Amino acid sequence: MNYNILLAGFGGQGVLFAGKLLAYCALMENKEVSWLPSYGPEMRGGTCNCSVCISDEPIGSPLVTEPNVFVALNQPSFDKFIGKVKADGKAFVDSTLVESVSDRKDIDCYYVQATQLETENELPKGANIILLGKVLEATGMFSDETVRKALEKIVPASKGWLIENNLKAIGIGRAQ
Amino acid sequence: MEKNLMKGNEALAEAAMRAGCKCFFGYPITPQTELAAYMAKNMQKNGGVFLQAESEIAAINMVLGAASTGVRAMTSSSSPGISLKSEGISYIAGSDLPCVIINVERGGPGLGGIQPSQADYWQATKGLGHGDFHLLVFAPASVQEMVDMVVKAFNKADEYRMPAMILADGLLGQMMEPVSFPEIAVEMPDKSSWAADGHKNKRAHHIINSLYLTPEELEKTVVDRYAKYDIIKDKETDAELYLTDDADIVVCAFGATARVVKSAVNEAREQGIKVGMFRPKTLWPFPEKEVQKACANASKVLSVEMSMGQMIDDIKLALSCAKPVEFFGRTGGVIPTPAEVLEKIKAMGGNN
Repeated sequence: MNYNILLAGFGGQGVLFAGKLLAYCALMENKEVSWLPSYGPEMRGGTCNCSVCISDEPIGSPLVTEPNVFVALNQPSFDKFIGKVKADGKAFVDSTLVESVSDRKDIDCYYVQATQLETENELPKGANIILLGKVLEATGMFSDETVRKALEKIVPASKGWLIENNLKAIGIGRAQ
Repeated sequence: MEKNLMKGNEALAEAAMRAGCKCFFGYPITPQTELAAYMAKNMQKNGGVFLQAESEIAAINMVLGAASTGVRAMTSSSSPGISLKSEGISYIAGSDLPCVIINVERGGPGLGGIQPSQADYWQATKGLGHGDFHLLVFAPASVQEMVDMVVKAFNKADEYRMPAMILADGLLGQMMEPVSFPEIAVEMPDKSSWAADGHKNKRAHHIINSLYLTPEELEKTVVDRYAKYDIIKDKETDAELYLTDDADIVVCAFGATARVVKSAVNEAREQGIKVGMFRPKTLWPFPEKEVQKACANASKVLSVEMSMGQMIDDIKLALSCAKPVEFFGRTGGVIPTPAEVLEKIKAMGGNN
């Protein structure tokens, strides 16, 4: 297993949380893992991204500049990073918010109407996790069992209902 | 042992509390703020004091006061804030007080930026304040090492009665990695011979002071301190040598940059280039013998830093300029990539 994952979108779309969920999944499976957010003014309403490295070997640079898994939650992030995806890599795009389609033939692109599905399924702020479901399905990165364990670790007991909501969102994403 | 994911900044704070830190004084600054925030949340529960001072200068002088009483005290900041603390740090060193200071570096000079940097190397190792003095300087390269080094910094600061610094950077402070906290049995050394903790009319006053108006008297305190520094230079250096035994090129890097370099070294090895890495874990004292050993079979040396080149001076001195030492770096908050470092290694003509 060797994933260099870049997730990008607007602040508030749950970019950092989606990355954190992947990082905790890796922790649950005793993989080497690092999570690095962009920090500073861009977090506050501007574009926001986060690097997650998951590997069987110790992580070198935690900063992902050439992802082999890229998740785009808005148009500016798609425009900025789609050209950086490694050949044979995979890109996952919220096609409700991103109008473009990549013309790259050397990567696999998956377009999911994540924000639309979020509304249809009454899962507010769930687009990030719906798209993550597609990531998990297309890469085979982690099972739902691992995701559940990770969620149980991240979600505070007082907000336990969020675990089922997130798993439902993952399921919707996997089915796309 | 159970592992959790934690940001470097939070791990530094948790480790400090577990190491028996009872007083934290700070002033917020990016990219260090999570450390102070974690302390604000947890210090009181741990029977300690968190106090947000009115300025960095106030915070470091509160550390001086707390350390004078013998408790473990700490402050943290990022580059511009550390410059403000420098006067107080000199006073602490001149008063032979132990404490821990954390610098989560950002780009400079001036207010600079908020992205990671290592451009405070000279400041930390050569001149963090006026006068003849040193701090112990530790350079972690992972979140786990941040934990381990904070504990070590408190212990060594007490052992040698001097300030210790953790020189980290925004990348290490902000990133999350798996981390575990070993059970730390805090054994506080006996400070009763000097601590100003109340004489209760039963012993002579203990005076914490860095003012000596008689030159000979001041000279003696400094010379005595340097005798202590010699012992430290002999005993406390620490470094990681990675694939250096047969290396024709040795790349030197510390902290977060060493992670980037390790990726580049692994890539170069896959391409058949004989390259290794030297990573100092202590920056003062600088691991001179270790770098000599690492470079013993190398024809060329490269220093990679997030600055315009500062540690390179110590490498050249340690090697007595007997081998060419080249430099590659990015500064101002730009993080070098493994690809850039690999290109530099190739440009140096790494032999197969």
